[in-house]
Amino acid sequence: MQPLTSRARAVERKPMTMWERMYLPAIAKGMSITFSHMFKKKPTVNYPEKTRPFSPVFRGLHVLNRDEQGRERCTACGLCAVACPAEAITMEGAERLPGEENLYREEKYAAKYEINMLRCIFCGLCEEACPKDAIYLSETFAPANYTRKGFIYGKEELLIPNPVTEPEEFAKAQGGRVKQ
Amino acid sequence: MYSTLLSINFDWLLLIEKAVLIAIIISVSLLVAMYETWGERKVAAFMQDRRGPNRAGPGGLFQPLADGLKLFAKEEIIPNSSNRFLFVLGPGLAMLTAMMTSAVVPWGSHFDLFGRHISLQIADINIGILYIFGVVSMGVYGIMIGGWASNNKFSLLAAIRGASQIISYELAMGISIIALLMITGSLSLKTIVEQQQTGHYYVLLQPLGFLIFLICAFAECNRTPFDLSEAENELNFGYHQEYSSMKLGFYLFAEYVNMFISSAVMATLYWGGYDVPFLNDATFGQAHGQNLLATLQVVSLFVKIVAFIFFFMWVRWTIPRFRYDQLMKLGWKVLIPLALFNMLVTGFLVLLKQNHWHF
Repeated sequence: MQPLTSRARAVERKPMTMWERMYLPAIAKGMSITFSHMFKKKPTVNYPEKTRPFSPVFRGLHVLNRDEQGRERCTACGLCAVACPAEAITMEGAERLPGEENLYREEKYAAKYEINMLRCIFCGLCEEACPKDAIYLSETFAPANYTRKGFIYGKEELLIPNPVTEPEEFAKAQGGRVKQ
Repeated sequence: MYSTLLSINFDWLLLIEKAVLIAIIISVSLLVAMYETWGERKVAAFMQDRRGPNRAGPGGLFQPLADGLKLFAKEEIIPNSSNRFLFVLGPGLAMLTAMMTSAVVPWGSHFDLFGRHISLQIADINIGILYIFGVVSMGVYGIMIGGWASNNKFSLLAAIRGASQIISYELAMGISIIALLMITGSLSLKTIVEQQQTGHYYVLLQPLGFLIFLICAFAECNRTPFDLSEAENELNFGYHQEYSSMKLGFYLFAEYVNMFISSAVMATLYWGGYDVPFLNDATFGQAHGQNLLATLQVVSLFVKIVAFIFFFMWVRWTIPRFRYDQLMKLGWKVLIPLALFNMLVTGFLVLLKQNHWHF
């Protein structure tokens, strides 16, 4: 019969020889293979202690950014919420009062800003939509919580630490991929 | 009347000595069984390029404690339709028979402590091997009773499999031992070890016998590739399917204790037991004292046992399980004829030697 592909191989069905029927050589061969694997390098990454490096376009949990003076960049324009395909973002705007210029960069700010992390699909469209570079997706991931309610992240969870008062935490939260 | 009883010359200290020895050996076999579970997981992991348990303590060393604690904390379920008495008896019997074998294994020659001559063997009975065979055959009752009392079809099937497997492989094992006994001329394990201390290890004289014994030991311990009675993908874990909590733990533990004891028996019968290789025991004992010698002997036996245990695990993670007909074919059509052949050849050679033929 004409073989269908060039990779077809005829299966040998000849009876086993005495040596093969003893099985012991084959067992010894198999055992040498398993033994050699004992000394091979393990591909496992010890996760909580060690993490794998992320690709530069990795999209993790969101961060609400601040500018160099530690003022919130978000103006509650709502473009991120409009862009969000999963409808995970809600916000409430508020007007900046006199004396709050060191807290908020523009005259309007987000009094309430919530992202439902269970709805979010981490597509990054909010980051693309933002005209103020106020929201971006960080390298942190794998959130854990006991309740569904706990996955609705408010400003306490999202807002990046202040770069003026807490520069170390700011750099850590910022990661290596923020657009300034 | 009391005076006559008390005047019987009886060594009461012997009782204490043996009780202490029994306590030590039982706790050591439990400890070894505990760390066998850890070793098994580590060996399995390394052979599959994984890391194995490494969270509890350094290198996962406290993992067995955590596992044991977990088993104790689990809910204990006895099925309504089971025979309650037998259901509880099953794991107990499995554990009991696993522990009983250690009584006749010589763990070392003897210590000279407190002016006493303390033998490191609980009972040097002159039918030691026969005793081991008797107890090992009892081991199948643990499986049989557990499987039957569960009132579960899978458990019963597993119990039947286990029983027929152990019966078939015991024959070949017995015949391979007979060939060894023709050479030793004694059933006492202590005598067998002492013969090997001065002469050759019996694995050199009985390589085929040792191979048969090894294969049968795997079958008797219900270890892969002969773990048909607990085949998880066909029988849902077999005879311990209905067991939970520490009763399940006892079954699992009994398997590991069995492994430890059969390693000890194999080392004793074929690999010189507590004999330290390349060391003249008599001269060393005179030069450095008997106690040091006995310690070395115990260490030597344990090294051999650990090597065998590693071999058990190595085989388990290499060779897949037999099909049931393959198992029976191997037992009845291969191992028994081979063992008979080995026995006949050995008998022939022993006869020639007795008639002063030199070769």
